[in-house]
Amino acid sequence: MEEADGNGKSMKGRGRLCCICNKRRAALKRPKTLEQICRECFYEVFEEEIHQVIVENQLFKPGERIALGASGGKDSTVLAYVLSELNRRHNYGLDLFLLSVDEGITGYRDDSLETVKRNEIQYGLPLKIVSYKDLYGWTMDEIVKMIGLKNNCTFCGVFRRQALDRGAALLKVDKLATGHNADDIAETVLLNILRGDIARLSRCTSIITGEDGPIPRCKPFKYTYEKEIVMYAYFKRLDYFSTECIYSPNAYRGFVREFIKDLERIRPRAILDIIQSGEDFRISTSTKMPEQGTCERCGYISSQKWCKACVLLEGLNRGLPKLGIGRSRGLSDDRKKGIKENIGTKSIESKQCGTLDF
Amino acid sequence: MQLTLEFGGGLELLCDSVKIHNVNVDPQNGTEKLIMKDLLSWVRTNLIKERPEMFMKEDSVRPGVLVLVNDCDWELSGQLDTTLEEKDVVVFISTLHGG
Repeated sequence: MEEADGNGKSMKGRGRLCCICNKRRAALKRPKTLEQICRECFYEVFEEEIHQVIVENQLFKPGERIALGASGGKDSTVLAYVLSELNRRHNYGLDLFLLSVDEGITGYRDDSLETVKRNEIQYGLPLKIVSYKDLYGWTMDEIVKMIGLKNNCTFCGVFRRQALDRGAALLKVDKLATGHNADDIAETVLLNILRGDIARLSRCTSIITGEDGPIPRCKPFKYTYEKEIVMYAYFKRLDYFSTECIYSPNAYRGFVREFIKDLERIRPRAILDIIQSGEDFRISTSTKMPEQGTCERCGYISSQKWCKACVLLEGLNRGLPKLGIGRSRGLSDDRKKGIKENIGTKSIESKQCGTLDF
Repeated sequence: MQLTLEFGGGLELLCDSVKIHNVNVDPQNGTEKLIMKDLLSWVRTNLIKERPEMFMKEDSVRPGVLVLVNDCDWELSGQLDTTLEEKDVVVFISTLHGG
């Protein structure tokens, strides 16, 4: 082995040299390339790769107003830091904003929002917070009190997606950028395969989505490994919040996440390869795809008569919280009347949290 | 051997929400050397108060937990075979908590 073999002291003092600059001591092994590089070269390649992704995919246009989905977690904190840096360095000419959703989860979101408020000052980016309470009349604490800990992630996920769109509309931004990283996307590809959700499978790898809708979304970290995001945040001492949501059982997504981390340990390329596989899937023309329309109630994009948020909200307000959950429970009279049953490809049954919405 | 252990990214929740631990760990069964493998089992026994499966899997850290020895990725120093020395700083960061 080329390890320190017994001579740990001198090896550690000296360390191996960075394979880019050949001057400084290497500080990490890149999962993407297996290169051993120093901190300074790491900052450079990390930022430069994200810049290249932005340029090659034309994620932004000069003069655009861009909202950054900000949870206070590692990904969105690094996103806010790196994008404001790149915006300055490369004169993107963007107006950046932080957009946070307050789900109303005591002991979790209230704490992480404090982190976002510090980020607002640290990075000089204006912050907008939209709350479930204001938008829907319910906090997640109240929803959980009513429905318990089953399916609560479904409510939260559906509501968050819309809340971000509503917040983005209030900020009058042209686009919303989120911190989804390569590991998240690989995870979502596998989840969509496991669920047989062909509609989501075909769009979950797109770096820009919703271009036909009011507020397109993009993922500048699509090719960025979670390991590198965390290393970057650690070396730069960025201020982020890292507590699991108190309501998240996370079981199904958790298994997939763990599986991907296991694969990564054996062969780090696996993550990019899964994304590639997701991109290369061809959907047979005989597969029935849902048609996109608008919700008759609130006007939000929906493939059903009512959007998912309206169905869920109707259930909450009428004391029938199971309305809109799952597809196997059979149709209640309410659903027969008003709401077309989900066709298989649209169901979000047992979709677990992970604060990921595509 | 005096070491500074730091837990981050949510792992601190497994050890009474304390992030930094100054500890004294002796080399195992009479040998002079302390390696990461020994340190991990020491941490598991002495510092982790709940859900050890969030920290370890088999005899290593759980995949998704980053380890740095003196601010250097342990993948560069031999992972479980990394030899520790007096006053080393070992950092554990979970990447598995929310984004």
